[in-house]
Amino acid sequence: MTLNMGPQHPSTHGVLRVALELDGETVVRAKPIIGYLHTGMEKQAEYKTYTQSIPQTDRMDYLAPMSNNLAFCLAVEKLLGIEAPPRAQAIRVLLTELTRISAHCVWLGTHALDIGAMTVFFYCFREREKVLSLYDHVCGARMTASYFRVGGLAMDIPEGFLDRCQKFVDEMPAHTDEYESLLTRNPIWLARTEGVAPLSRHDAIALGATGPTLRGSGVDWDLRKQEPYCAYDSYDFDVPVGKNGDAYDRYQVRVREIREATRIAGQAIARIRSMGEKGEYRLRDYKYVLPPKEEVKTSMEALIHHFKIVAHGFFPPVGEAYRAIEAPKGELGFYFVSDGTPRPWRMKVRSPSFVNLQTLPTMIEGRLVADVITAIGSLDIVLGEIDR
Amino acid sequence: MTDRKPSNPLRILSPAEPAAPPVPERVLPATPEDALREEVEKGLLFTTAENMVAWAVNNARANAIWPLGFGLACCAIEMMAIVGPRFDISRFGAEVFRASPRQADLMIVAGRVSVKMAPVVRQLYDQMPDPKWVIAMGACSSCGGVFNNYAIVQGVDKVVPVDVYVPGCPPRPEALIHGIMKLQEKILASKPELGPFVPRKKKGAA
Amino acid sequence: MSSLTPERVEERLQARFPGVAIRRQTGPAVRDFTLVLPVEQLVEMCEFLRDDPELDFAMLSWIAGCDYLPRAPRFEVVYNLLSLSHNLRLHLKVEVPEERARVPSLVGVWPTANWHERETFDFYGIEFSGHPDLTRILLPDDWVGHPLRKDSPLGYEEVAFTHNTPHRILPSPSLKKLKPKKVKYRAH
Repeated sequence: MTLNMGPQHPSTHGVLRVALELDGETVVRAKPIIGYLHTGMEKQAEYKTYTQSIPQTDRMDYLAPMSNNLAFCLAVEKLLGIEAPPRAQAIRVLLTELTRISAHCVWLGTHALDIGAMTVFFYCFREREKVLSLYDHVCGARMTASYFRVGGLAMDIPEGFLDRCQKFVDEMPAHTDEYESLLTRNPIWLARTEGVAPLSRHDAIALGATGPTLRGSGVDWDLRKQEPYCAYDSYDFDVPVGKNGDAYDRYQVRVREIREATRIAGQAIARIRSMGEKGEYRLRDYKYVLPPKEEVKTSMEALIHHFKIVAHGFFPPVGEAYRAIEAPKGELGFYFVSDGTPRPWRMKVRSPSFVNLQTLPTMIEGRLVADVITAIGSLDIVLGEIDR
Repeated sequence: MTDRKPSNPLRILSPAEPAAPPVPERVLPATPEDALREEVEKGLLFTTAENMVAWAVNNARANAIWPLGFGLACCAIEMMAIVGPRFDISRFGAEVFRASPRQADLMIVAGRVSVKMAPVVRQLYDQMPDPKWVIAMGACSSCGGVFNNYAIVQGVDKVVPVDVYVPGCPPRPEALIHGIMKLQEKILASKPELGPFVPRKKKGAA
Repeated sequence: MSSLTPERVEERLQARFPGVAIRRQTGPAVRDFTLVLPVEQLVEMCEFLRDDPELDFAMLSWIAGCDYLPRAPRFEVVYNLLSLSHNLRLHLKVEVPEERARVPSLVGVWPTANWHERETFDFYGIEFSGHPDLTRILLPDDWVGHPLRKDSPLGYEEVAFTHNTPHRILPSPSLKKLKPKKVKYRAH
């Protein structure tokens, strides 16, 4: 029997369609069909300047918008050969780790909701609301932040932001303990996720999985450690790795990542405080980065640079660059081909969910149909990123 | 300024522009405004009993709208946030998000509608039983939003009729709740279609 | 940390395939080590890169197409390989002319290439011979054309402003009485 888990489904986390061939309750074949949210972002990026494409990236993995912004900005900075100042990097790390916490909270809430544990959904969204109000404080938008720019940040962090972040970071471990107390040794949770949707180490690598999907299968690969960016090698954190590659291991990996992210965020706050609550937030390379407004109003050169960058955009060298980060879902990378004009010749997004979703048939063929929901949930996919 | 002619919202007549020629008398409504007025006048109720029934039915419908769980993109997350504890939508009557369109009466199109998804949206809308309403949540479903290209339908009102547009990218949960309350006002002020079993007298020009 | 360098990779590859023209892409801002390979021996070279224990490029990260329209060959397909044990990335490029837009598929070497090749076919029309299911993946199945080609339009729809919509309904005073009565909202 062929069953269509249609694009409109409460548990497909977006508009994913899975064509299942069933034999009773056993899945014989599964074919994910995507494209229902295709937005043409890569084509549209060729018609916009680099800075104009930053808001587009928010809408890709919309659960972790600052991560996408960070990947974009780092790729363009690699192309230009510049680097953001250390204080801006620390703020980027703080916000990216808060994003990771918020994305994993949404994942946990929706995954638990699909499996049936509704309480976790409300608890996780309560924490997510706190992170969203921190976003609101720093840049004005709850979800689609577009706060990072090439060379640093759009604006400096406001007063009181670091205190609010510290308060959040101090109380987050207790909330994570709450989630774990509800789920980790819960016999229903174990029955639904332990041994379910397994992905062997070899399959995970062959299918290109990254992020918690890969780490749950026992591969110790985290781009924050292997290809460090934003000075991640100077922060002290561990990378959780699973053993069996089933849904329970991926759950464990992600919950531990929430704890590690809280740790990193605390260290980042201390580092920013040591560099000054107000200070340098953008690189002073006015060929590519907007000069600060105070200088624009007093210096002629800064005014001319501002005009050129705003009216035309900056002119990168002819070449190409690829830079990836460890987004909450996996390896998120941007590949730019530049022809010297302010608009990219090609922008390619390597989105983690696009590749992770390919592992779905391997995970569920031969298993029961009820495990399909668990598998999709444990993969942590976001259709905005898959379809771009 | 003279190249902005036909747009003249204040209807200021200049000597170069004569007054509009007189519209010939016709049986059918002459302008779209007249047609609109006729439609609305057909909807006015005249008897007290019908008014009371309409009031009851409208209140029932407005205060118990059950949305269809139809989140497409980023706006869906803000829609999930109104289900969450901080912006609780069940205090407005939208207690459950039904998974099946056959049991829902409100379709909140939350997110960008791509060209591949448009027939699916239409099919879901057709599957919903009357009375049904549609809220276009966000800029992408209202008008195409940030994405004006080959892949996105420029506004879901090209595919389904929309009752309330909620702008924003994404709209804050409070904005969506405001949109739902506006929809409730619209329902309360409308003439309810009571279905085939209630005998209705034809009023005025049918 | 391993001591494998990209230059060593190029050396080993050239040693294993002696007659084949492998060149390194150079340019002022080519920030990643990129090798341009010929189309014909692509599959064997990739198998060598994957299986050789010194190189061990176990993961294919992504495949992208690129259209350099006025230039011939018109298309390029870029492969990003990742060696987990040596922590090394490598870009491979294949130049694809417009008349013969066919590249052998790498699904047999890295199964992850499946969807990436479908996406490149969808966007550019480059055929991957040997692919098990080369159909459109992101666009509707009945879409005509390949949108990311440089001669395909963006599909921009003219936004309706006052100055370019002459025939719209203007608001008139008589419509005011059609506004629905303001209903006071009651909670229950």
